[in-house]
Amino acid sequence: MSKVIVVTSGKGGVGKTTTSANFSSGLALRGKRTAVIDFDVGLRNLDLIMGCERRVVYDIIDVINGEATLKQALIKDKNCENLYVLAASQTRDKDALTLEGVERILNELKETFDCVVCDSPAGIESGAFMAMYFADEALVVTNPEVSSVRDSDRILGIMAAKSKRAVEGRPPIKEHLLITRYDVKRAASEEMLKVEDIEDMLRIPLIGVVPESESVLAASNSGVPAIHEKSDVAEAYKDVVARFLGEDVPMRFTTYTKAGFFKRLFGER
Amino acid sequence: MTQAFKLKVANLPVWVLHVQTLQATLIARQLQTHLQQTPDFFSNTPVALGLSALNPEAQPDFAALLQLLSQHGLRLVGVQGGSPTQQAAAVAAGLAVFADAPANRSAAAPSSAPSPALVIDKPVRAGQKIYAENADLVVLAIVNAGAELIADGDIHVYGPLRGRAMAGARGNRQARIFVQGMEAELLSIAGCFQMFEDGIPADVRGKPVQIYLNPAEELVIERW
Repeated sequence: MSKVIVVTSGKGGVGKTTTSANFSSGLALRGKRTAVIDFDVGLRNLDLIMGCERRVVYDIIDVINGEATLKQALIKDKNCENLYVLAASQTRDKDALTLEGVERILNELKETFDCVVCDSPAGIESGAFMAMYFADEALVVTNPEVSSVRDSDRILGIMAAKSKRAVEGRPPIKEHLLITRYDVKRAASEEMLKVEDIEDMLRIPLIGVVPESESVLAASNSGVPAIHEKSDVAEAYKDVVARFLGEDVPMRFTTYTKAGFFKRLFGER
Repeated sequence: MTQAFKLKVANLPVWVLHVQTLQATLIARQLQTHLQQTPDFFSNTPVALGLSALNPEAQPDFAALLQLLSQHGLRLVGVQGGSPTQQAAAVAAGLAVFADAPANRSAAAPSSAPSPALVIDKPVRAGQKIYAENADLVVLAIVNAGAELIADGDIHVYGPLRGRAMAGARGNRQARIFVQGMEAELLSIAGCFQMFEDGIPADVRGKPVQIYLNPAEELVIERW
């Protein structure tokens, strides 16, 4: 049974697109046939982070308008088998996204793919609504700061009330909390919210904690998602994928231990 | 030209003393009893005299009643109900006539069965508003900052209340709010509200509390 997973947050800049790229790559690396869709019409980014921006010929709006087939518009990822990208349109009006069109695309994708990952735009406008409406599961990306938590809370409320599952009275969207840009040191010194604080406020199961890292920026710029490199971020996203697939993996990158004498003396690397 | 005044409508709290008899000694004795129980209440409190229980033929001596009540800390400002003759006598004594209370409210209440409480078992999140019309509202989960609970009856929250809660939304002053973990942004009963801009008093923060209106229409937050 194929699944539609929305990556959402409400707030911008928290790591939705980074998460969509890494999570979908991770699923593909684990052998799941995966498609990832950029819903941010007008401000497309996913193609850049996936390093396929020069291969975008047709986009989601072309498919909705019947100007291209889904097969023509899907771009095969350069880093892994099993992964395809459907880009957002950069030039079209964002109102070109319609619920009927999105539903048709998702249904067609579900015939061939195990997982369809929807990268939501920020905000609670129509793009974000379209991205979450048909979802079976949701990764709610949250940063350890109050405004991000508040916006995630808002998105969770909207999903619980307005998603297709809610409207039809079916079992609700399965929600997962993903904390990104987590800095254990700053959390320990109470400059940032702790994992437990965020869990207490949002009350949904935690699927992972991704540490704040410079490797994310480097990966974005090079067009190769961090999960393909060797880093804490890669490990964290692999854990997230494993937990999503039902494996019991202990949490990492959540506790701060002061560097010992030798580590301080000889550096952390 | 300097503005002499601004006229604004206000719903001020006025107690109504529904007199059952005109025997001055009897009224005086019972006022004395009340005075002992709640001394704070009787400090120049505005009060209207409810005449509906009286015989329409009765002729109250408003000047004497005015004096009797003021001796007990009650300032008689007007009358409510009664016959046209009684109302005319009240006006002659310098009192106002208040419009009748909507009689149907108290009359209809016993006959219509109360609506069952609205029970919410999932977190109430930022931006969500839940209204229990003509009923109590029971929440079995967290109420997050930015969420809003409104009930015409009581509100019960069996979890942390971090958003807003407004009980007795249609003016029921008897409504109460019960909270397992008091962290609210705003509390209101029958429109009397309190915000917590500077944080919640330490003695009730995060604690189980009940909130109600005291006779002076002040919001009381009390641990239980």
